[in-house]
Amino acid sequence: MSTKPSILPKDAAAAEGKVNVQINGTWYRFPKGTRIADACNSVGAHVPCFCYHPKLSVVGSCRMCLVEQGMPPRLAPGATPTYGEDGYQPISWMPRAIIACANTVAENMGIRTTGKLTEEARRGVLEFLLTNHPLDCPICDQAGECKLQEYTTDYGRGTHRFTENKTKKGKNLSIGPRVNLDQERCVLCRRCVRFMKEVVGEDVLGVVGRGTHNAIACYPGTRLDSNYSMNVVDLCPVGAMTSKDFRFKMRVWFLKSTPTIDVNCGTGTNINIWTREQQVYRITPRQNDEVNSCWMPDDHRLNYKFINAPERLTTPLIKTDAGAEQRPTTWDAALNVVVEQLHRMAPAETAIVASARMTNEELYMVRALARQLGITKIDVVPRKGVNDGMLVSEDRNPNTNGAKLVLGKTGNGLATIRRGVRNGSIRFVISLGEDLTSEEAGFTPEDLAGLDYLLAVHHTENATTKAADVVLPSVTFAEKYGTMINVTGRIQRLNKAIEPIGDSRSDWAIFRELSERLGCDCVRVIACPSPMMVLEEMAQEFAPMKGLTWGNIGNAGKVIIETGVTIPLIERSKAKN
Amino acid sequence: MSAITYKPGCEPHPRETRRIFRNIDRKGYNPSIACFIKDGGYETLKKAMEMEPSAVIDEVKKSGLRGRGGAGFPTGVKWTFIPKGNTKPVYLVCNCDESEPGTFKDRFVVHQDPHQLIEGMIIACYAVQAHYAVIYMREEFPEAAKIMQKALDEAEEKGFLGKDILGKGFDLKIVLHRGAGAYICGEETGLINSIEGVRPYPRIKPPYFPAAIGLWGCPTIVNNVESLCQVRQVLMRGAEAFAAEGAQRSPGTRIIGVSGDVKRPGYYEIISGSLTYGELLYDICGGPKRGRKFKAIIPGGASAKVMRCDEVLKGRNPDGSVREMSIFDVPLDLDSIAQHGSMSGSGGVIVMDDSRSMPKVLNNLNRFFAWESCGQCSPCREGNPWMLKLSTRICEGKGSPEDVDLLKSVADNICGRTVCAFGEACSWPTQAFTTKFRDEFLALTKPINALKPHSDETKEARKFLTRED
Amino acid sequence: MSETPNAIDAITAAKPSPGEQHFPKFAVTDNLVEAAQKLVARYPEGKEQSAVLPIIHMVQEKFGYICPEAMPWIAEMCKSTPIHVAGIVTFYPGIHTMCPGKYHFRVCRTIACSLSGGEELIPYICQKIGVNPADMSDEEPMLVSADGLWSVEPVECLANCGFGPNIMLNETLYSQVTTKTIDELIAKYSK
Repeated sequence: MSTKPSILPKDAAAAEGKVNVQINGTWYRFPKGTRIADACNSVGAHVPCFCYHPKLSVVGSCRMCLVEQGMPPRLAPGATPTYGEDGYQPISWMPRAIIACANTVAENMGIRTTGKLTEEARRGVLEFLLTNHPLDCPICDQAGECKLQEYTTDYGRGTHRFTENKTKKGKNLSIGPRVNLDQERCVLCRRCVRFMKEVVGEDVLGVVGRGTHNAIACYPGTRLDSNYSMNVVDLCPVGAMTSKDFRFKMRVWFLKSTPTIDVNCGTGTNINIWTREQQVYRITPRQNDEVNSCWMPDDHRLNYKFINAPERLTTPLIKTDAGAEQRPTTWDAALNVVVEQLHRMAPAETAIVASARMTNEELYMVRALARQLGITKIDVVPRKGVNDGMLVSEDRNPNTNGAKLVLGKTGNGLATIRRGVRNGSIRFVISLGEDLTSEEAGFTPEDLAGLDYLLAVHHTENATTKAADVVLPSVTFAEKYGTMINVTGRIQRLNKAIEPIGDSRSDWAIFRELSERLGCDCVRVIACPSPMMVLEEMAQEFAPMKGLTWGNIGNAGKVIIETGVTIPLIERSKAKN
Repeated sequence: MSAITYKPGCEPHPRETRRIFRNIDRKGYNPSIACFIKDGGYETLKKAMEMEPSAVIDEVKKSGLRGRGGAGFPTGVKWTFIPKGNTKPVYLVCNCDESEPGTFKDRFVVHQDPHQLIEGMIIACYAVQAHYAVIYMREEFPEAAKIMQKALDEAEEKGFLGKDILGKGFDLKIVLHRGAGAYICGEETGLINSIEGVRPYPRIKPPYFPAAIGLWGCPTIVNNVESLCQVRQVLMRGAEAFAAEGAQRSPGTRIIGVSGDVKRPGYYEIISGSLTYGELLYDICGGPKRGRKFKAIIPGGASAKVMRCDEVLKGRNPDGSVREMSIFDVPLDLDSIAQHGSMSGSGGVIVMDDSRSMPKVLNNLNRFFAWESCGQCSPCREGNPWMLKLSTRICEGKGSPEDVDLLKSVADNICGRTVCAFGEACSWPTQAFTTKFRDEFLALTKPINALKPHSDETKEARKFLTRED
Repeated sequence: MSETPNAIDAITAAKPSPGEQHFPKFAVTDNLVEAAQKLVARYPEGKEQSAVLPIIHMVQEKFGYICPEAMPWIAEMCKSTPIHVAGIVTFYPGIHTMCPGKYHFRVCRTIACSLSGGEELIPYICQKIGVNPADMSDEEPMLVSADGLWSVEPVECLANCGFGPNIMLNETLYSQVTTKTIDELIAKYSK
């Protein structure tokens, strides 16, 4: 006999708490308890699923994930197992396919995701799902990202054999303020029902009817109005649940998705921004099990309209004389005016109101500018809300931890500035990315009117920009690169989804330009070509950021500060496992 | 004990052996506890409770008793599937959802002899140490529900239920839970969901094997009415005596319900394997109706595969040689008919004579399954209405020969791919009917129909293009 | 006629039936609540939802059917949600969302009864009670006579297959039914 492995693979795997599984002829090792579907997908053997979702309970009802499975032959009592030359037992294949979502891997198990048995099962199930489906892909929003469509082209049969009357159900039903339901397109995977019950805890969706008349519904008079309702649109593998906001707006294959983060609160929910040319069409959550799982709140998801709003500032504006109208100008002219005016200001009478909505890199450049000008009164506007017990943090600024790290302690600085403005000791104010007349900032229009000089950098017109002597148009989170640190101390990346609108410029670039024009001679600041390089600069200065680069933060981010703050939804799902 | 006499016209056939049905149609017998106790009732319970619970399980295992709900799984073995070291409460559920068309045996137990079932249940609960049990009774037995509730109350009054039964420190509560007309509730996990008050979708196995994760997430034993009554018989007569009687692999008596085209349909309790289908249908049931011949037999409830009466089956002689036989030579035990591609199931024998159109019979079955599909999983939900529409169309003369193959192919696509055994139950009839009576189906079809529109939409769209004939 | 309700409103849309005149109108009384609580108490603590079917049966027995107003109340009694109760009510054919007549025929049409002529009884009963079998819908397969006294519903297997055709009149099973049996029953209960 040829050489047998000195230690059997099963023992070697068991020592690691794993099992050996053969998938399409190749042996792999997986931790015990791994679902067959997850195991197959992780090694590139694709298993199609409708009802299975890793974050929801398993119901195994769509029958799409049928695979061929085999185990070593059952031994007669007293017999010892035989091992082949590779150290594995022979596999005897089962005549029936099993579902890959509900079953877990076992030692010496064999799985085939291809072959006659699996292919026939998939083809059969797809044919059934299409029998009562309206086949209205040409007018369906899901087309292009529809699992039913994809699997049909991948595994389905080219023609249909069903020529009878179809079961009629409800179409275009408004089941909530943001979601529409088409019962005929539904494959009854019940992901939406399970999501509302298990994750949100509001049992508003259910199945009514029986057999072929089964349909998803909510009780008349109750609505799917949770702030997390739009996640069912993402979950829906077909076009049954559609977003009212996105309905009929754009074909998804024209859209480019950019992975980035949400800036509406300190959680920093991971998202994808879907854009075509310069237009943002929708935002969807991106999976990050440490931040937002697979979900996001509706109000954050829909808060993108301001990006392409007509109120966006697209050119610099200046007032030539006090009391005169603002008028558009070029960047060169505007910056020259600003530099001239900044030179004239007494640093002790100047304050900077920055924003914790700015990225770390922007804040770093602001700090450089302040140091260069000798300004010490600098703070950000805090923004507090109610923690919703799910994903929305009470800190409504996305980068409070970044501001703390870069600017030092933030606290009553803002109150001091307000006092200073009111008692006349501060006569010059630089407002960065904030509206000073907002409730959180606490300035009145009169406060602003009384200033000698107000410089506003913002992406959208507001009371502050209207009152400003010079307005420099900056960009929204969708138009820039940068990093932010969320409430749990995780640094995450913002990616640019679209180019700056109009003539606006990234904030960090504005500050770099100003520093240079003000005569800054620090090469590290003025020669910096991108926010990524600013980040590397910062990594040398700030201990928590040591060793960080744009690349090694990755799409999932990295915890760099211990804050002791947790995200309720994430804690709950961890406790469940 | 005095000799048992039966109501006139309801006397058992001489070839019957009445054990479970001993008191059915018995003259002077009523469902009261007094009547039951006078007849020796609850004595077996006393005997069982003298034993250790594990000894009761061993006894049932030794008897070789197999479940009478349809699958024929050994009852004692099922009881041992409760996980070792289990700390959760154990529940016992009596499946009285008798819903397989052609089966009508539990009905008579719960209507006429409810205490027999209660005694069997208490013994089973004692064996698996369950302190809470549920009788899941189908909605179509409203009178039985009243009788059973009264019987439960009586048993509690007499101390056979409730706290400290027979002074042995064993507590048991039995609750009667009524269904509402769903075949799927006969599936044990669907039944459990129905008791839990959610839609009675069957659960996936694994992980939801009732003995491990059943009712309210706790180990649960689900047994059929007849099985639980048989448990009482095992304890009453002793495992050895029980095992010695009838077919070696399925001992004890069986209740066979015969319906359809025979002279004397009805229920017959026989020793398992002691008769063949021929003896049952000709000797006991009196053969076919006047001037008719038997054509087909569904041997184990509507979902069993149909057998042609002129089918030549291969049987094995004791010396190992092969002989030719027909369905009438197959013995009535749990396994013999399975060797010929059908199943004995729950003991409902449906007989059709030569006056019957097989496509119409299948269409009736397909309507039943399409109506009863719970709609949880795709193949069954979508496949059953499709089969119904196809078989209806064929029966109406609007099918083409290809539709017969399509019908079979749809059934093949359901079988083995569903959450529960309903997938097999609904596809087996179609597979068997279209294969074994293919000529009858083809005779109803016309090739031209393949070119005609069938749905309302296509009919409308091709209004002026389709030839009328 | 108002517009047809959409698929969701249809869940609680009233299905008027002449049978309603023979049953009291659904109303929550102390007695009803007490009865429901008694049913809930039969199940272990925290498993109130199990009582959903028993409570539905109780309501149906008292009021003839499960009217839209009853569903939220049932949900409240067994600590469930209305959509959940609607899911149960619409699943089981034994639970009516339209009021049957005072005398309700259930006619078995499954194979064994069908072989013995059960299906032919349905048009016969329809004709006797003056309704058109063609009006039967798939979702609520029930027809009620104009005076609300009679109704007919085809059902699947009543588990008495050897003695078909079988029908049920309210709670009582009649086997080996012929048109004559139907005539007698209707004559008997029509006074």
